[in-house]
Amino acid sequence: MAITVVDPRTDASAAGLGSARGRIWRSLRGNALGMVGAVLLVLVVLVAIFAPLIAPYGPAEVHFATPFQKPGTVGFLLGTDDLGRDIFSRMVFGVRASLEVGALCVVLSVVIGTPLGLLAGYWKWLDAIISRLTDVTLAFPFLIIAVGLAAISGPSLTNAAIALGIAHIPTMIRVVRGETLRIKESDFVLGAMSMDASGLRIIFQHVLPNAASAIIVQATVIMPVAVIGEALLSFLGLGIQPPTPSLGIMLSDAQQYIFRSPTAAIFPGIGIAVICLAFNLFGDALRDALDPTNTSRK
Amino acid sequence: MIRYVATRLWQSALTLVLASIVVFVGVRALPGDPALAMAGEEATPAQLAIVRAQLGLDQSVPHQYFAFLGKLLHGDFGNSTRTGTPVTDLIATTLPVTLWLSAYAIVVAVIVGIVFGVIAERFRGRWPEWITNGFALIGLSVPNFWLGILAILYLAVTLGWFPASGYVDVVANPLKGLYYLTLPAVILGTSLAAVIMRQTRASMIETMKTDYVRTANAKGLGAGRVLFRYGLRNSLIVVVTIVGLQLGGLISGAVVTERIFALPGFGKLTLDAVFTRDYPVIQAVVLVITLSYIVINLAVDILYSVVNPKIRVGGSN
Repeated sequence: MAITVVDPRTDASAAGLGSARGRIWRSLRGNALGMVGAVLLVLVVLVAIFAPLIAPYGPAEVHFATPFQKPGTVGFLLGTDDLGRDIFSRMVFGVRASLEVGALCVVLSVVIGTPLGLLAGYWKWLDAIISRLTDVTLAFPFLIIAVGLAAISGPSLTNAAIALGIAHIPTMIRVVRGETLRIKESDFVLGAMSMDASGLRIIFQHVLPNAASAIIVQATVIMPVAVIGEALLSFLGLGIQPPTPSLGIMLSDAQQYIFRSPTAAIFPGIGIAVICLAFNLFGDALRDALDPTNTSRK
Repeated sequence: MIRYVATRLWQSALTLVLASIVVFVGVRALPGDPALAMAGEEATPAQLAIVRAQLGLDQSVPHQYFAFLGKLLHGDFGNSTRTGTPVTDLIATTLPVTLWLSAYAIVVAVIVGIVFGVIAERFRGRWPEWITNGFALIGLSVPNFWLGILAILYLAVTLGWFPASGYVDVVANPLKGLYYLTLPAVILGTSLAAVIMRQTRASMIETMKTDYVRTANAKGLGAGRVLFRYGLRNSLIVVVTIVGLQLGGLISGAVVTERIFALPGFGKLTLDAVFTRDYPVIQAVVLVITLSYIVINLAVDILYSVVNPKIRVGGSN
């Protein structure tokens, strides 16, 4: 008797769902909040890419004659700071820096976390080693890692991203490891094992593609946390260094003259919140869409 | 059960040893010479050598590590290279501030998170759910140090409801102490509350779908009793886990919160030590944070296995 065991990902018809991609797309489109997130996300990314075209002034361009302008002043949409720098222009470039750090951090955690998670989930003896290393890394809050890196090689955008990346590798490892453990027990992997497929082949052909959605969702979880993390590090002086604009630096600058010009502190915060909201909304919708067990969504 | 606890204890001990090595090596990778910093720029080589010997820096690195471990076991973290104060004293004065702040923040977050989570579950698809979901989204999307700045600006300075900064010893003057910590604790607890709220909602939705809840409902148990006896009880397990998982974030958050509200806590000690390259203090601070993190996670795991016997069978998972 021939038994065919199919991988639900590569053979969507077996699950009787039609195209899996179509289902995901339908679910995403049906989710109003998710769509809001997607639109915001596109906007934020466009702002970051076209920052020099959008910003009316350079981010460090000072106008000593016009400090502390109120929002709505002609020429300065969101007003100016203590040095007369255009807050809108600085924010546009700040968004770019936030996304740079966020993206670097996500890439780092995916590139390092995924293979380690796959190995730990697939081979038990490796699990012991990798999980201990994960525990050790988890024992250091990201601020401590950032503090260490900043102390060793000076605070910078790259170091902030590396610190945030290191801090998020363990969660990525855990997510991928958990997925691998689950997928390893499924019929199509057991089938492949019975046909003497090599471990690496099974990992690349079956485990990784099926774990992809969990990895993508985790990436959307990491991104906003990293954006806030960058702002926090720059706020403390451990991240991006002036004159490079960062939303965190704008906040810490604005805190000094907050009573004179509260809006200078309010706008950068809104900027951070919008970026994070975009990723959180879109990430939630994506998670619902990629979760085949989720049928409760209207 | 005993085997599970033993395994976890052994793992935690190993993690702690590895972490202590990482800290020890990491601190030595920092640029700048602590002996030079202590003796002053114009110190002669002979003076420098004396300071070096005092600090034990003339010994081999493994020797330094074991000497460090030995002292550690006696509760001796050495003296601050900057002020000469015993590090233990510095920790004793700053740690309580951070502990009170964190504990207060956790209490606020757990109460708000559970109440909002239950509301969201009970009123699914209606406006109370939208409000609580909105709160959670904002809590996750808005940086808490920005909220802190706004809170100081509007709640403390403009409205005058809370002090904008400062710390009053909670033990000596509980009411005033807690009053001073309220604003920082609420700010620190916001994102934790958001995470707890989401998980409570999700776990309540799952629990309410189970057969035993349906049975309880069919038996005619009141809605409130079902909610408390089955729904919330399961959610509490989730909450315990989350607090354990979010602890690292809470510690980082506490550092910034202390900075914004000018609290003389552990976070301030950490930042000061890093900016002045105070080796013994950095070492001690990181070790204390690591140790507490490992111990709390161990406690969470054991607590979890007591409540949920399935985990014990799974071994190290």
